[in-house]
Amino acid sequence: MQSLKKILLGEQGLVVIFALAFVLVSITVPNFLTERNMLGLLQSVVTIGIVSCTMMFCLASRDFDLSVGSTVAFSGMVAVMASNSTGSILLGLLAAITCGAIVGVINGVVIARFRINALITTLATMQIVRGFALISSDGRAVGINDPAFYDLALTRILGVPAPVWVMGLFFVLFGFVLNRTVFGKNTLAIGGNPEAARLAGVNVVTMRIWIFALQGLVCGVAGILLASRITSGQPNAATGLELSVISACVLGGVSLAGGRAAMTGVIVGVLIMGIAENVMNLLNIQAFYQYVVRGMILLLAVLLDNLRVSAATMSRR
Amino acid sequence: MSDFLQFRALSKGYPGVQALADVSFGVARGAVHGLMGENGAGKSTLIRLLSGDQRADAGDILIDGSVQTYASVRDAFEAGVIVIHQELQLVPELTVAENLWLGRFPARAGVLDRKRLLSEVGARLRDVGIDVNPSAKVASLSIGERQMVEIAKAVMLDARVIALDEPTSSLSSKESEILFSLIARLKARGTVILYVSHRLDEVFRLCDSLTVLRDGKLAAHHPDLSRITRDQVISEMVGREITNIWGYRARLHGEVRLKVENLSGDRLPRPIDFEVRAGEILGFFGLIGAGRSEMTRLLFGADSRRTGRVVIDGRAVAPDSPPASIRAGLVLCPEDRKHDGIIQSRSVEENIAISARRLFSPFGLVQPRKEAELADRFIGQLRIRTPSRQQDIVHLSGGNQQKVILGRWLAEAGVRVLVIDEPTRGIDVGAKSEIYALLYDLAAAGMAIVVISSELPEVMGITDRIQVMCGGQITRQFERAAYDEREILSAAFPDTRQSLP
Repeated sequence: MQSLKKILLGEQGLVVIFALAFVLVSITVPNFLTERNMLGLLQSVVTIGIVSCTMMFCLASRDFDLSVGSTVAFSGMVAVMASNSTGSILLGLLAAITCGAIVGVINGVVIARFRINALITTLATMQIVRGFALISSDGRAVGINDPAFYDLALTRILGVPAPVWVMGLFFVLFGFVLNRTVFGKNTLAIGGNPEAARLAGVNVVTMRIWIFALQGLVCGVAGILLASRITSGQPNAATGLELSVISACVLGGVSLAGGRAAMTGVIVGVLIMGIAENVMNLLNIQAFYQYVVRGMILLLAVLLDNLRVSAATMSRR
Repeated sequence: MSDFLQFRALSKGYPGVQALADVSFGVARGAVHGLMGENGAGKSTLIRLLSGDQRADAGDILIDGSVQTYASVRDAFEAGVIVIHQELQLVPELTVAENLWLGRFPARAGVLDRKRLLSEVGARLRDVGIDVNPSAKVASLSIGERQMVEIAKAVMLDARVIALDEPTSSLSSKESEILFSLIARLKARGTVILYVSHRLDEVFRLCDSLTVLRDGKLAAHHPDLSRITRDQVISEMVGREITNIWGYRARLHGEVRLKVENLSGDRLPRPIDFEVRAGEILGFFGLIGAGRSEMTRLLFGADSRRTGRVVIDGRAVAPDSPPASIRAGLVLCPEDRKHDGIIQSRSVEENIAISARRLFSPFGLVQPRKEAELADRFIGQLRIRTPSRQQDIVHLSGGNQQKVILGRWLAEAGVRVLVIDEPTRGIDVGAKSEIYALLYDLAAAGMAIVVISSELPEVMGITDRIQVMCGGQITRQFERAAYDEREILSAAFPDTRQSLP
């Protein structure tokens, strides 16, 4: 009993719970552990997974970004419309990523330079950018002209769809950035104590702008992959994405108070969100219940984290 | 012996540490009793048990002969025991009167009785001689006034025992004086005061009796404080003889290292000039609000300057940014370590490497082995007491946190000017001496050091020269040979004719 408690409340508690849940689901849910379902599951979390990478940095530096869903939709829109009008997919992709990055830079400058609360700022840009997506398409979906665009999502490498590879690449890349670069270390330091980090020589304002810019850029990539998968630019795509992404990060042990984050945790968080949805689909549970389940998983994860922190405090004193 | 407040064989353990072991002592009615000890000696634990916040594993607390069995802070209130913590527990957006009534507002059928709310408070405040407007918002009060309000709250609840935990740590000398006279009035009313402090001067001035804790055990109990000496108390706290905690060592001074010209900013409108030589330790002394810390922040570039030039070894430092100052060899150990110094959620290693890692991280890639070496080097060199370099810094004592911040700066290869604001605030005696010794070593190696402190004995004890600040200006300068406590103090007071004790 004591050792079980230790495992569950230890550093790797979430991973252990995830592994147990995975095994349990594999045994009990039919058709879960099949290659087809696994790939489908991974594909379904690509958007959340990719955006979670940079949201992790945002949260770890004590910031917040609600505009990611809108940015994903808008940049997907831009990708489709720009490649349709120029006839060049590459130009379309560049335009999408640039637009995403611009949204991020604007967020960053307003928040870091003008010291406006991140919640308010991104709540505003969330609506503005969603508005742009609707205006540019007149509220309708825009189909892709060049079929080569679909191939982005359809190409398989070693049997695995390209978007999943991109997600994996981002996990590795941002895990490396977080742990092995000055940028990552400074992000955590800012989240741990912004004023102390500033007085220790960290350029906090520039760092925060960079983090938001990266977030926007990565939303651009996610938007492109999403548009390719749904074969069109949808102005209403990715609504509520910001909440799923933040949930996944928090599930993964990223502290909302800043200063603590781990890529493995976020990956597990993303997968837990994906598995919950996938299992409910397999079991033909009505979609409405999925909201309830997702909310409950998040609450449980936060409660668990709380227990873990107080357990750590107890053993220290 | 019928002591009013008695602790009987009190023990309390936390996983891995016996915080309090078999501690017994008593305090007479109407006495001011000092409680001293180094950090981790068990003072806070004892206070926590007394406040009802936590329960003892064994032993009793007796008040007026009867065993107290309270299990919460509220129970302790009811029993007349009130603990006033370092972090004050008032609601800033409410008025003084509302704070004093909080939890039991006078009301008729749920409607506030506003008249009674104010009138009763006014009477009580006058009664204990506290000069605060009952309808003022707490947010508008100074820290000293807020503390008065806390004490008034204790009086409102008819407290029989009031424990004060480091009450003067954020008060100016003037505010401290007001606090001391209030304590004297409470004492005259028969209230027992338990006075927890690091400051020997205060304890010797205020207290009738004294208990010293060390490593959770009773190290000494002195029913009559007039019969012992300060050095005796210090050695009881530390467990070894410390003859002179300053350990001042004279040094030769070299060329002018730091030259500050015309420095001013929004919170320090009148320009300031001074210089420090290589190997010199310059002290800045002044009361709270004299502008010392404002000056420090301007110097380091933490706040933006209005005017001014900072020159190190003849080269002007690019203005207004901590990174520029650090690159020029000017570093700051800030006054408020918790808020401005340490990154709480990160390890000792990361707190040391945060600035210097840019020097050995090619293309922004962190070198874990080099960071570990760096951390281990300074943990050894500065004798930082930590289980490992991976330990989160919040779990270290104040003294060790200060050493980590010093390590952070020493890891920068070329520090020429070290500015250290309140070097030993909240740090116990043993670690203090170590930090002083380190400052002498650094100065002897040619660094120019600026020490800012509100503790006059410390400034006088460790510096070569003192500049006194008052009202945002440097009012006087003293060379070490001419140090005089009274003159330095009088230069620090806004009105020099003000009478001094």
